[in-house]
Amino acid sequence: MNRHSSYWVFLVHRLSGIALALFLPVHFWALGDALQLDALLAWTEQPLVKFSEWGLVVLLAAHLGAGLRVLALEFLPWRDWQKGLAAAAAALTLAAGLAFALAL
Amino acid sequence: MSALAVEVWRGGAQGAFQSFEVPRHPSQTVLDVVTYIQRSLDATLAYRFACRVGMCGSCAMSVNGVPRWTCRTHVDKVARESKLVIAPLRNLPVIRDLVTDMRGFFDKWARAKGSFAGTKTRREDFARVAPDSAGRRKVDAGIECIGCGVCYSACDVVAWNPDYLGPAALNRAWTLVKDERDVVKHERLRAVAGDAGCHACHTHMSCTERCPMGLSPTAAISGLKRAVLGSVLKGEL
Amino acid sequence: MSAKAQSLLWIAQRASAALLALCVIVHLVTIIYAVQGGLSAAEIFGRTRGNVAWFVFYSIFVLGVAVHAPIGLRSVFIEWLAWRGWSRDVALVAFAALLAWMGMRAVFAVFA
Repeated sequence: MNRHSSYWVFLVHRLSGIALALFLPVHFWALGDALQLDALLAWTEQPLVKFSEWGLVVLLAAHLGAGLRVLALEFLPWRDWQKGLAAAAAALTLAAGLAFALAL
Repeated sequence: MSALAVEVWRGGAQGAFQSFEVPRHPSQTVLDVVTYIQRSLDATLAYRFACRVGMCGSCAMSVNGVPRWTCRTHVDKVARESKLVIAPLRNLPVIRDLVTDMRGFFDKWARAKGSFAGTKTRREDFARVAPDSAGRRKVDAGIECIGCGVCYSACDVVAWNPDYLGPAALNRAWTLVKDERDVVKHERLRAVAGDAGCHACHTHMSCTERCPMGLSPTAAISGLKRAVLGSVLKGEL
Repeated sequence: MSAKAQSLLWIAQRASAALLALCVIVHLVTIIYAVQGGLSAAEIFGRTRGNVAWFVFYSIFVLGVAVHAPIGLRSVFIEWLAWRGWSRDVALVAFAALLAWMGMRAVFAVFA
């Protein structure tokens, strides 16, 4: 079946949501154990961890971008160009990913 | 450019694709291909068509995985390397070969309260509805639906959730919710709200992408979501 | 669950989405800023401990997540796992409680 851009944006939205839902308990648990924060931070210096952090930022930005598209489609007056919101969501994600990569 | 290799679904829910070789012509539609197979190669092939000029929607089938009106699909547009795969519409039970059972599709139309309910009789004056009013324009954007089932077949949520009313039923419900003459708006909103209704739409927009009439069920469903929100906030639902 | 209750879930999802959109933008900007030049516990806690404004902000963030994530997963459970019946929603309420508890524990650890 041919797939169009809106379907891919949905898939990114759903998969990033699932990934974030799995990650957040771990994130909360690590922060809740703040007394060991320096040991945790030392661990996070590893390249694989840094890459994962970047991945998580990208997932969060992707989920946000795709979510803003859903809100726009559901609440703003309908216009035919709204299919292009998929591209806008992708651009937002890219921007966030780049910013974080540069900051690391 | 002389022959097409065509795979056609044979059987019911259980079955298999059967291969045919069909002469290729310029300006040939997929319906022409199916018709040739049934008339010249295998008379037992079952398929539906009626007007064959893109008005009735009866010839809707899955062509290379995409739901289309076969009478309006030119072979040149879809045949890659002279190959075609023709199957019955997705998300509907298969009666035989390319013929699907549309009863579930129309049952959902009824469950979405997709029919008009008014109070005026022939003894009263006509309702006066300005055609260029904002409300009427919203209705007009969705009323050309002919119930062909292409959107319903294109929808992944229909495939994943058998209870989901689907884009066509919800689109029709929207045109009635916005119809100022209709009097069962609240019952209709209750019928289209929830897990099986408008809230299950995730804006994949496959319906809008595939509708041969150029309608946007996604827009209609978004309208229903807002209407339900208003209804909940007003304590009407 | 009635159609009205399901509609309320959708409303809560969209409302929390709008709230979280703001929280996420603030969070991303803050993280990108904070990550510059490396991280240390002392540096982080120096900024966060006793900070009432951030405490309130992240509490709202956590509670928004505890509403938004389970409702989002609900659609996934219905559509991709074909999970029918009340056990699905019980599991999701439990997940919401888990997120709220662990999240607030983290908020207290970092900002109190």
